[in-house]
Order: sequence, then structure tokens, then C-alpha cells
Amino acid sequence: MPVLQIKKGASRRSAYDLRNPNADGEERHTLAIVVDNEAGVLARVIGLFSGRGYNIESLTVAEVDHQGHTSRITIVTTGTPAVIEQIKAQLGRIIPVHDVHDLTVEGPTVERELGLFKVAGTGDKRVEALRLADIFRANVVDSTLESFTFEITGTPEKIDAFADLMRPLGLNEVARTGVAALARSRVEPR
Amino acid sequence: MTRQMTGAKMVVQALKDQGVDVVFGYPGGAVLPIYDEIFQQNDIRHILVRHEQGAVHAAEGYARATGKPGVVLVTSGPGATNAVTGITDALMDSIPIVVITGQVPTFMIGTDAFQEADTVGITRPCTKHNWLVKDTDDLPHKLHQAFHVATTGRPGPVLIDIPKDVQFATGDYVPPRKADTGHYRPRLKASRSEIEALAVMIEQAERPVFYTGGGVINSGPAASQLLRELVDATGFPITSTLMGLGAYPASGRNWIGMLGMHGLYEANMAMHDCDLMIAVGARFDDRITGRIDSFSPGSQKAHIDIDPSSLNKVIQVDLPVLGDVGHVLEDLLKIWKSRGRKVKKDALKKWWEQIGKWRKRNCLAYAPSDKVIKPQYALQRLEALTREHDRYITTEVGQHQMWAAQFMGFEAPNRFMTSGGLGTMGYGFPASIGVQIARPDALVINVAGEASWLMNMQELGTAAQYCLPVKQFILNNERLGMVRQWQQLLHGERYSHSWSESLPDFVKLAEAFGAKGIQCSDPADLDDAIAEMIGHDGPVVFDCLVEKHENCFPMIPSGAPHNEMLMGDAAATDAIGAKGAVLV
Ligand SMILES: Cc1ncc(C[n+]2csc(CCOP(=O)(O)OP(=O)(O)O)c2C)c(N)n1
Ligand SMILES: [Mg+2]
Repeated sequence: MPVLQIKKGASRRSAYDLRNPNADGEERHTLAIVVDNEAGVLARVIGLFSGRGYNIESLTVAEVDHQGHTSRITIVTTGTPAVIEQIKAQLGRIIPVHDVHDLTVEGPTVERELGLFKVAGTGDKRVEALRLADIFRANVVDSTLESFTFEITGTPEKIDAFADLMRPLGLNEVARTGVAALARSRVEPR
Repeated sequence: MTRQMTGAKMVVQALKDQGVDVVFGYPGGAVLPIYDEIFQQNDIRHILVRHEQGAVHAAEGYARATGKPGVVLVTSGPGATNAVTGITDALMDSIPIVVITGQVPTFMIGTDAFQEADTVGITRPCTKHNWLVKDTDDLPHKLHQAFHVATTGRPGPVLIDIPKDVQFATGDYVPPRKADTGHYRPRLKASRSEIEALAVMIEQAERPVFYTGGGVINSGPAASQLLRELVDATGFPITSTLMGLGAYPASGRNWIGMLGMHGLYEANMAMHDCDLMIAVGARFDDRITGRIDSFSPGSQKAHIDIDPSSLNKVIQVDLPVLGDVGHVLEDLLKIWKSRGRKVKKDALKKWWEQIGKWRKRNCLAYAPSDKVIKPQYALQRLEALTREHDRYITTEVGQHQMWAAQFMGFEAPNRFMTSGGLGTMGYGFPASIGVQIARPDALVINVAGEASWLMNMQELGTAAQYCLPVKQFILNNERLGMVRQWQQLLHGERYSHSWSESLPDFVKLAEAFGAKGIQCSDPADLDDAIAEMIGHDGPVVFDCLVEKHENCFPMIPSGAPHNEMLMGDAAATDAIGAKGAVLV
């Protein structure tokens, strides 16, 4: 029985210690939450995070099944392993929540974010912005004589990197969607 | 087989179909159509309270006495906001209630209409779930779903906000069995391997303790019965939280008393020194654990709970068991018996000897007096003179609450109603009204402090109107006693605003409402006065003048571990360090 192999006193841990925001061992997790798309459901999820002092790094939500009225909320959060477990358990308690998936532990995932970047540069900077955008496979979705608007998708890190490169080239405005994520090659039962 | 009716009629019909026989409420503009329907029927009794907070606590009292959900009906705006404290109380103590609030008509929502409040917004964090119903056709489903959610899994308060136009409009009514109650179906049975692991732990334990809580009572009478069977069969000692008192009888052989901040020395020491802790429907609240990093350092811990978020929330346990207490205990008994009902008898004998030594400390001892009534003495007499009655005890919050838990013996579940999680002063009186409505022939006593009791004393009108013979046993120390105790122990005896000035004459107050008032200040008169209170067929306010500066012991000071309890006044002064002072 594996439980009996746990060393005596192993449970001598403090939740207060674990909640310390400066504690080491903080992890970043991507959670996918499938919910009934009823009024107030997003407020419930956000209220849970603010009320219990959890972090939200990004959050995206949209109805994904119009017939079944279910939405998928993707949240990127950070916390110690115990806090992450608590977040998942607390989310699971919300009545309209169907499923909580911790994509970070459930196997490989595809994570994508979309960013829109308005870059206003002239001369060489304008050319350089276009060249870098090409390397990053960003599309020009709008252009004026003073500016380009790029559309880029990728991991949040890729978008961060793109932003860093655009900054000296006249980065004017940024809009980002936050992460949408799916588990790789695992087919959900329907 | 759908039937057309107005939303207001649906409310009453759904309540009937859910087996509701009583509603606690207070009318107002936004619920007039529902009140009109209530007027035109006789199946559901409406109890008119005097404040919406009282309605919710009364519904909680009713729910805790019967195990059935309590129902509340209040109007929009101030009706709903007045109910918020009660709703939060029910959430913290996992009490199933359904609150129906009126709302301004849908076309006026968002316009700051008269008595408009964002009720679902305000109550979102203090309900298990809530809905604003904007379409009469959705109403029956939501009403039935509200009962399903409130009573399934870990129980709690559910609120339905119904705009006035939705109450007037006509729609299709559906009965409970045809209603869409959503996908919420919490897991009741634990896995066999978890239960086998727990059985092995039981077989190998040398210093075990059962630590039980309100979840046993919420799981129903069968769970308490199974717990008794398991405790008696294993011979393990059992302690309980404030919320769990009565699940195992106080007169039972293995009972070692309540644990926690004001729990018994032997119970807290057993928790600290055990090698196996089996938490059953309890949640490791901070009043229980004391200092977390010194909490029961040498034990393996198993935790049975229906709420996944309770497991490993505060204390990391070795064996979390997710399931309903009743189901898990039933399976556990079966499996443990089938494996040969083994326990380590010799080790257990030694463990009981140790517990016996702790018991000898006689931790509830107090200095008796024949001049002034000691609060502990008052409760000992109340216990002795009411023990044989069909008795229910509610309490307010403060020292008297802890003394009630220490000095009253609870032999059965659903007999003790107290605000544990939220610690709501003003809970006990309306709760006693709800209990008396549920149990008209029982002796219902609210053990109160004078300050708490004043917080919802308007309910004397309710008690008088419905001839409810609730007994308000007020331990009047003319102090916010528990606050005063903390100020004495950790704020240098600076008693900032912790006394009750300008108290009313409680006897006259009772009489002003048409109730009976009794005052007692001499220990020699106490028994007769209590007998008079019990004998009176009607509401009684008993003003028991007690010692003003008594402290409640034992006490685990904030920030201290279980084995550092304060046992009496002499040892207590200045015992809480600066670190403990920041904790509540
Ligand atoms: C609504 C509310 N306000 C404040 C408190 C803080 N509080 C806890 S106990 C207490 C004093 C209670 O005095 P009393 O009812 O006379 O009981 P005693 O402690 O004297 O027995 C106070 C103010 C509370 N628990 N609830
Ligand atoms: Mg008092």
C-alpha cells in the first residue's frame, strides 16, 4: 500500500508557508476550464482568483459549443504545487464548471496567443520592422504611410520576443489575446 | 404534462413539490406577487420574521434540526442585503438553504431603480450558487436545481433572484422529476483501494484518534450511526469540532471531548501526540489546528471529505479519501471487518492510559462561588435540569458559546446549532425560532451572551406572534466577554469598548413583547429559576447575571501548538506573544 510508505511526519507542512508568494518552487500552469455559458460564470471564476488571492497571468474565454452553450476558459496562473492543486479543486466546486484540465501536467500541449502590434517607424526602421516581421511570420494586416499593424500568433514567449524587437523600431500599441491551449493529440471523448 | 401558470405561482408550486412546509420571510414590493400566492394557499406556512437576517438564521436552525433545506423569501434591495450575513453564515457552516429574492423588473435592471441591488453580484461569493432568472419558462428548472445544488454534495446556500415581471408572466411549469437540474453530481463513494489503505492504517495504529466534524452531521443520521459503530468496534478515542458535537454521544465510552482553541486538554493532547489521525467531515480550521507547523507532528493523517477542495487545503494529509462520510464509513466498516477487525489492542490500552492521565488535569475546573453565579455553573445546572428533555441548544457567539460546548452534553446529532465558521453574533435567537418551528414540542434553548442577543432581539416579536416557547438563556456578564478576555490576555488589559453599557431591563423587555422575563443573580435560586423557565409554556427571556470577569479555559493562544494550552487565569496573563497577536 503506497500510502504506508510515507515517512512519519511527512505531513508536517504549513499551508501558510505554502501560500507565501515569495516561496520558491512557484510553477506556471495553463488550465483549461469547460463551463456552462451562463450569466456570471466568468465573474465567478475571476472572483475565485481575486477572493482567494491567486494569480492570473492571462485569461481567455469564448463560447466553443454554441449548441451546448459551453465556453472554454484558458487561464495561465502561477503558484506553488499546493496552491495550484487548491486552485483546481476550487474551480471544480463552481457549479457550472464541467471540467478542469491542467494542461501543464496532462502532457504536451499546443499553446498559442495572438498579438496585434502597431509599429510607427520611418526610413530604415520601417524596413527593418518589415524584415523582422517576415522572420517571425507576422502578417501585415493594416498599413499607413506612418505605420504597420502586424498580426502574430505563437507562444507567449515568441510574442514577447517580437515585442522586444519592435520596441526600438517604433512600437506604438500592442493588443494581446492571452493564451488559448489544447492538449496535443489526445482525442477527447464526445 | 406541463402546466401554464404565473412565475409567482410556480414558486409556491415548486416549494410544495420539493416538500417544503415552512418559509421564513419578509415581504416587500418586489415579491408581492409571490406573497399574493402564499396568501391563497394553506400547504406552506409562512413565518414572518422581524429582520431578513433573522429569516436566514431561522432557516438555518430549521435545516440543522431536520436535515431538510431551509427556505427564505425576501424582497429586493435592502431585503436581499439584510440577508447577506445569514447567507454567508450558511456557506461557512455548509447549511442547505434556498433563498428567494425579488428583483426589480427585467426592463429596469441597471437603471438604479427603487430598491434595485445587484443581488447575484453581491451574493456570488457567499452562496454555493445563485441565479438571476430572466425568463418565466426557466424558473421551474432553476427552482428545482436550487434544491438539488443546496442539498447535494457539500451543502450550502443557493439564491434565486426573480424580477417582478418574471413573477407576473406566465410560463410552463415542470415538476421536479422533469426538471433540468444540470450536471452537478458529486462523487459519493470512495475507491476500494483508498478504503483498504485506511483499514490498514487502522490495523497498524498505536495511538489513533478520530477527529470528526460537521460533515458527519450533514451526511445524515445514518453517518452518525456508522461512526458510533466504527468507534465502538475499534475502541479508538474520538474528539470532535464544535460543528460535529452530538454525532458521537457525549456519554459514549470513547468520547474525549471537543478539541480546538477552547477544547479539552485531553482532546488536544491526543491530537498532538497521536500516530494516526482520521479526520471525518472536518476541515482543519484554524480554531482546530492552532499553529500549523506544529500540528500533530508525528502522525499519519487520513481525511474523509466530500469536498475535494477541503483535502490538502490547510494540512497535507497522507491519505485523502474523497466521498460522502456515510458511504465511506459504511464501506470502511465492511472492509475492516472482512479483514478480521484487527486493532493493536495492547498499544491501544497504553494510549488510553495516557489519555486518562491527561483527563486527570481536569481542564474544565473553575473556582466555584456561592455568592455569584459562575457561567460554567449556570450551564452545568442547565445541563443537569434539561438533560432528560427532548432538547435542542442554539448559541450566540462568545464565551458563553464555548462554555455551552464544554458543559452541555450532546447525545444525538442535529441537536446543537451554533455559528462555527463565521462566528455570527445574533445567530442563536433566530436559529432557536427555526428549530422550534421544526420541533414544536421540543425544549429549545438559546444559550446567549447579552451583547449577541441584542443583535437580533427584535425576533422576540416573532416568538411572541407564533407562541414559540423558545428559552433565551442569557449569561449576562455585562461584557463583550470574549473580546474582553483577549484584551486581557494580549492587549495589556486595556478594555477598549468591550463592556455592555446601557443594557435594557431584560425582564421588562420580555414583558413588553408579551413574553416572560426571569432574572436570577443568586446561585441558590438558580435551579428554581431554571425550572420556572422550563415550565413556562411560551417564550422566556432568562437574564442570568453571572461573574463579569470569568475567562474561558482551556485556551490555545493564537500561534501556539496544541500542547501549549493555557489552563487558568494565573498562567494566562501576557501569555500570547507578539506573533500570536496578529492572528485572529
Ligand atoms: C456580528 C459580530 N460582531 C462582532 C463579533 C466579535 N465578537 C466575538 S465574541 C464578541 C463578544 C460577545 O459578547 P456576548 O454576546 O455578551 O458574549 P460573551 O462573550 O460575553 O459570553 C464579539 C464582539 C462577532 N463575532 N460577530
Ligand atoms: Mg457578555
